[in-house]
Amino acid sequence: MNYFPDEVIEHVFDFVTSHKDRNAISLVCKSWYKIERYSRQKVFIGNCYAINPERLLRRFPCLKSLTLKGKPHFADFNLVPHEWGGFVLPWIEALARSRVGLEELRLKRMVVTDESLELLSRSFVNFKSLVLVSCEGFTTDGLASIAANCRHLRDLDLQENEIDDHRGQWLSCFPDTCTTLVTLNFACLEGETNLVALERLVARSPNLKSLKLNRAVPLDALARLMVCAPQIVDLGVGSYENDPDSESYMKLKAAVKKCTSLRSLSGFLEAAPHCLSAFHPICHNLTSLNLSYAAEIHGSHLIKLIQHCKKLQRLWILDSIGDKGLEVVASTCKELQELRVFPSDLLGGGNTAVTEEGLVAISAGCPKLHSILYFCQQMTNAALVTVAKNCPNFIRFRLCILEPNKPDHVTSQPLDEGFGAIVKACKSLRRLSLSGLLTDQVFLYIGMYANQLEMLSIAFAGDTDKGMLYVLNGCKKMKKLEIRDSPFGDTALLADVSKYETMRSLWMSSCEVTLSGCKKLAQKAPWLNVEIINENDNNRMEENGHEGRQKVDKLYLYRTVVGTRMDAPPFVWIL
Amino acid sequence: MSYRLLSVDKEEPGLKERNYLGLSDCSSVDSSTIPNVEKSNLNFKATELRLGLPESQSPERETDFGLLSPRTLDEKLLFPLLPCKDNASATTGHKNVVSGNKRGFADTWDEFSGVKGSVRPGGINMMLSPKVKDVPKSIQDERSHAKGGGLNNAPAAKAQVVGWPPIRSYRKNTMASSTSKNTDEVDGKPGLGALFVKVSMDGAPYLRKVDLRTYTSYQQLSSALEKMFSCFTLGQYGLHGAQGRERMSEIKLKDLLHGSEFVLTYEDKDGDWMLVGDVPWEIFTETCQKLKIMKGSDSIGLAPGAVEKSKNKERV
Repeated sequence: MNYFPDEVIEHVFDFVTSHKDRNAISLVCKSWYKIERYSRQKVFIGNCYAINPERLLRRFPCLKSLTLKGKPHFADFNLVPHEWGGFVLPWIEALARSRVGLEELRLKRMVVTDESLELLSRSFVNFKSLVLVSCEGFTTDGLASIAANCRHLRDLDLQENEIDDHRGQWLSCFPDTCTTLVTLNFACLEGETNLVALERLVARSPNLKSLKLNRAVPLDALARLMVCAPQIVDLGVGSYENDPDSESYMKLKAAVKKCTSLRSLSGFLEAAPHCLSAFHPICHNLTSLNLSYAAEIHGSHLIKLIQHCKKLQRLWILDSIGDKGLEVVASTCKELQELRVFPSDLLGGGNTAVTEEGLVAISAGCPKLHSILYFCQQMTNAALVTVAKNCPNFIRFRLCILEPNKPDHVTSQPLDEGFGAIVKACKSLRRLSLSGLLTDQVFLYIGMYANQLEMLSIAFAGDTDKGMLYVLNGCKKMKKLEIRDSPFGDTALLADVSKYETMRSLWMSSCEVTLSGCKKLAQKAPWLNVEIINENDNNRMEENGHEGRQKVDKLYLYRTVVGTRMDAPPFVWIL
Repeated sequence: MSYRLLSVDKEEPGLKERNYLGLSDCSSVDSSTIPNVEKSNLNFKATELRLGLPESQSPERETDFGLLSPRTLDEKLLFPLLPCKDNASATTGHKNVVSGNKRGFADTWDEFSGVKGSVRPGGINMMLSPKVKDVPKSIQDERSHAKGGGLNNAPAAKAQVVGWPPIRSYRKNTMASSTSKNTDEVDGKPGLGALFVKVSMDGAPYLRKVDLRTYTSYQQLSSALEKMFSCFTLGQYGLHGAQGRERMSEIKLKDLLHGSEFVLTYEDKDGDWMLVGDVPWEIFTETCQKLKIMKGSDSIGLAPGAVEKSKNKERV
C-alpha cells in the first residue's frame, strides 16, 4: 500500500465508512493517519467532554458531519440534574469560527438553545441535516431560524425532545424556494401547527421521504398531506381521532392506498382504533411499526393490524398487547429483528399484561430477532434459558422487570442462571440491561462469557464488590457501565484504574463508593474526569478524613484528553 | 401518574398524605410553556426514597421492596414542597410552583437547620431528595421535634423510586396525556392525580384533553383553555400566509369571546349539558365528564339567560 500515491489510498479509504474502522485505519501508520484525517468527513463523539472542538478541528479539518452525545444515559430517567451540562453552543461557536463546511449535526442528550440554533443556521451555507434526540433547552423560535436560513435543508428530525412550543409560525418560515426536504419530524412538538403552511411545504417537497406529524395534525389534514406526498416512506401519524365523518375517512383510505412506498408507520398519539383499517392495504409492505405511544390502540384492532404486517422487522408496542398478542406477532412476523415492549400502566398498578410467556413465544417464533427491550412484571430462569436457546443471535438484550429485586416467580431463586444462559449463548451480545433479583453470580457469568459486551446497565443487583470486579476484569470490550442502587464500593472502583482508559464512561449512583475512594481514583488517573454530583449540602463534602468515608450519591467518570470541564454547575464537584 | 407517598397509615395521628407537588405528572399538552423535563424532575426527586436503613453499611437487599426505613419516611414528610397551605392542591402554572418551591423550601431548610449558604441555586432537584444517610443527626433531631415526632414509627409505604422503571420522561409525559383511563371513571381513585376530560370546541378539528386536577378554580381552567384553543379562533381571521414570527398568543381568545361567541359547557354524570361555573369548583370536578366550547347561539337552551350570563363573566 505504501507504494500507492496518497490519492489512491484516500480513494480506498472512501469505502470505509464506519467510524470504528476509520479509527482503526488511522492507527496503522503515520502516513495512513495523515491521509485518513484529511479525508474524514463524518466524526462521532460519544462524550462531548472527552474532547474539545478546537482539537477536533485540528485533526479533522474537512469535517462535514458531527455527532455529539452529552449527558450520561441515566439522564433519561431523571437521575442527572437539569443543569449538569452538555451544552452545544461552544461547539457551534468553534465550528463557526473555523469556517468548516458543516453539513450535518446530530445531537443526543444535549442542551441546545435558540441562540445555538440561530448561529448554526447562519454559519454554514451548506448545512443540510439536523437531528436532535432527547435534547432540551430550545423553542420553536430556534426551529424558525433553521427553517428560514438553511437554504438546502434536507433533514429536520426532532426525536423526543423537550421543546418549548411558542406556537409561532416556524413552519411558515421555510421560504417558498425550499424544496429540498427529505425528512421532517416534529412529532414531539406539543403546540398547534399551521396546517396551511405544512401542506404547502409538503406539496413543494418532492423528495420528502419521512414525515412525522405532531398531535395537532388531525385526520383530514393527514389525508390531504398524504395526497401531496404519495412517495412517503416513513409516516408518523399525529392525531388520528375525530368524530370521523365518512368523507374524511374515505379520503384517507384512498390516499393511503396510493402510498405504495410506505414502509414505516408510527405516532397515533390520539387514535380512534376503528380507523386503523384505513392502513390495512399497505401493511404488507411495512417493515417498521411503532405504536408505543398509541395507548388507545389495543385488543382486536391492534391484532388485526399486526396480522397484516408480515414483513415487519421492527416493532415497538405497549404491553397492553398481552402475551396472546405477542403470540400473534410470533406467528405473523417472521422477519422480526427488533422488538420493544413498553409498559402502558406507569402507575405500577400491576396490570401489566405481558409475562415471560410472551417473551418465550417471540423467541420461538422470530428466528431473526437480535434486539429486544422488554418491560414485564415477572420472569423465570427457565424462560430465559429457553429464550437463549431459541435466539442465540442477540446483540441487544434489555429486560426490565418492573419491581426491583424480584426473583424467579416460580422458584423464588435469583435470576442469575437465566441471564447467565443469555450471555453464554449470545456470543455477539453488545448491550445488556439486567433486572430482578441478582447476586454476584450473574456478574461472574457476564465476566466469563460476555466478550463482546460494550454496554451494561445494572440496577438493584449484586451482593459485594466481587460482582463489579468480575465485570471489569472480564469484559474486555466494555465501553459504558452504568450502575445504580447496588452494593459496589471503593474496592471495586479502585481495583484496576487503567481499565477506565479503555472505557468511555462509568456511572455509579446510590452505591457504596465513598468520597475518599473517588479522590484516590482521581489522583491515580489524571486523564479521567471524576465528577461527583452532589445533591446534598455541599458544605458537608469536606476535606477532613471523617467526611471522606461519606458515601457519594452520584459518580460519573469518563476519560478525556482535555481535562476538567469549565462549565460544570456548583453541585457538580470534579475531583 | 403522580408520585405521592401512598397508603400512609391513616390511624397514626398527625400523619397526612402529602402530595409533594400538588401536581400530577402529566399534561405537557396543557401547559405548553413549561419544559417537561423540569416537571418530571420535580416529581421524581420529590418522592425519591432510598432503599435501606440510614447509616447502614449496605442497602438492604429486600425482596419486598416495600420495606423502607421509617426515618426515610420521616425525612420526606417533613419537607412538603408547597410552602404555604393556602395554595391548596395546585397552582395555576407549573412554573410558579417551581419558583415558589425554591423559595419556600429554602426558607424551610434555613428554619430547620440554620445551615447558611446551603441552598444552591442549581435547582430544586438537589434539595428535594436528601439522602437520609447524609443528613447529620442534629438536623434530623430538629426535624423530628418540629413534627412532634409522631412520624418516626410510621410503617413505610410502597413508594416510587426515582428513575424507575427506566422510561424516558418524554415518554411518560406523552403517555400521561394520551391515556384516557381516567376520563370515564366516576371517581378517580384518590391519590392517583390525573383526571383527564376531553375538551372539544365547535369548529375545531380535534379534541384536546385537560387534567382537571391541575386547576383549583374556574379562572385557571378558563385561562388554560383559552391558551389551548386560541389558535382555532385566530384561524378564522386569516392567518394564511403569515410570515415571520407573529405569535398567536398575543391575540387572546378573551377579546373574541367578549363578544360572547363561545361559552364553556360541560357534560355531567347524568349526561346533561350544563354551563360551566354554576356549581362550586370541587363539585364540578367530580361531576364533569366532558367539556365543550360551544357557540353562544347553541347554548341558549341550557339555562335562561345563559348567554347573557356569559357576557358578564370575565372569562367563559
